[in-house]
Amino acid sequence: MPEKPKIAFYWCASCGGCEETVVDLEETLLDLAAKADIVFWPVALDFKRHHVEALPEKSILATFLNGAIRTSEQREMAHLLRSKSQLLVAFGSCSQLGGIPGLANLFGRDDILRTAYFDSPSTVNPDSVLPSTRFKDDGHEVELPLFDNLVKTLDQVVDVDYYVPGCPPPTKVVRDALSMLLAEQLPAKGAVLAPDIALCEECPRKDSKPEQLFISAFKRPQEILIDEQQCLLAQGLICLGPATRSGCEAACLKGNMPCTGCGASTSRVRDQGAKELSAIASLIESKDEAEIGRVLASIPDLIGTFYRYGLPGSLLRRKRINGHAQQEVLSVK
Amino acid sequence: MPDRPPDAVIKAEFEPRIVAFFCNWCTYLAADLAGTSRMKYPPNTRVVRVMCSGRVDPQFVLDAFAHGADGVLIGGCHPGDCHYQEGNYKALRRFELLKRLLADLGIEEERVRLEWISAAEGDKVRAVVDDMVQELRALGPCKLEIGEAEDSLAEVAV
Repeated sequence: MPEKPKIAFYWCASCGGCEETVVDLEETLLDLAAKADIVFWPVALDFKRHHVEALPEKSILATFLNGAIRTSEQREMAHLLRSKSQLLVAFGSCSQLGGIPGLANLFGRDDILRTAYFDSPSTVNPDSVLPSTRFKDDGHEVELPLFDNLVKTLDQVVDVDYYVPGCPPPTKVVRDALSMLLAEQLPAKGAVLAPDIALCEECPRKDSKPEQLFISAFKRPQEILIDEQQCLLAQGLICLGPATRSGCEAACLKGNMPCTGCGASTSRVRDQGAKELSAIASLIESKDEAEIGRVLASIPDLIGTFYRYGLPGSLLRRKRINGHAQQEVLSVK
Repeated sequence: MPDRPPDAVIKAEFEPRIVAFFCNWCTYLAADLAGTSRMKYPPNTRVVRVMCSGRVDPQFVLDAFAHGADGVLIGGCHPGDCHYQEGNYKALRRFELLKRLLADLGIEEERVRLEWISAAEGDKVRAVVDDMVQELRALGPCKLEIGEAEDSLAEVAV
């Protein structure tokens, strides 16, 4: 009997939701286990890093890595799994574009540590302790990962073969990706393994989207009673469906909530936030500068709205801080 | 020229790089007119001709900054004069939102500018570029440092 292909799952800066989506595969997971050996999956199986290190180069058929890259350990694991895998798949929004943890790129590393270890009201830190990479206690020296200055996408650290989008990826998309992989029917390298059309195309409310859509005020979901049938844009809500890749079968829309863009963009778009911004802004009815400004003021958090899942993967990657990238290193007595 | 500063000062002065997206039907012709009329203005703009200011995708602006531009100037037809009727209004709406987003990303409002300049207003091209170069000189370089150099800093000192 020929050896079964090897599959690995790993997590970096993530919430665990992507692991949940693998568990949500239910019976498909048993099919997967029948067709492939899962050689590494820290959330569920007791394999350690040294088990991976012992594997021959390129011996894993595919590694599905979720989470963004924020620490030296995550960088090391990304490089290790890259060298052991024929295919590396960026799994989920964080790995693909930085995700929610990527919003930390609005701050420098020092700002984050200062807030977490000194400034937040709930912090009690009389000895001004900060995390360090080496720590001695009782004769033992412990090594901790270095906290990087920036959150990165997986492909900003290592070469990536495929992307599975979503926060978390929808089970159907994952199931399709796995069957493409095992049937050796994958598209060209670099492809996103989800339908390459905008979400509006598969939205059940599509027919209620007016031919000409004009918005005179943006509303937030808690401010109105949302009609369950009508296009959310037509109700003045910011729904990112027009600029987001489909594949989720409009799950949020079915829950009567607007799309927040976790599916990332289609292949024709380089910067998701810029495209979403473009799509939303052009719906404003007014031609008057002051009035346009008034309508735009009803959008409270622009980066959280347009780059919720993709700041590190965007063209600018981060906020420009104090007129330059932050170089200062915290030093504490 | 009695007011000319010494060479050393000229060299030390920061020369901002401005990417200018000019509409084919108005501002580009105005820039042409400024040239044929031998008007003098600073050579800091790199002009990209687009068919309409409404063609300027916000991605173009971000990409310019990502590639080292210190400012971006968009020139379109005056309101009501768009060759395609509504393109400049679309540009205006996107620009207003983009300007706010860029401010949240730490890029000052003065670095992006939308100007209505008709084909007859060669002098306005000169005045706008002049003014923008002055403003950007005062602001200094944009310097995003999004490349690999930013990777990870040395360990936090304890």
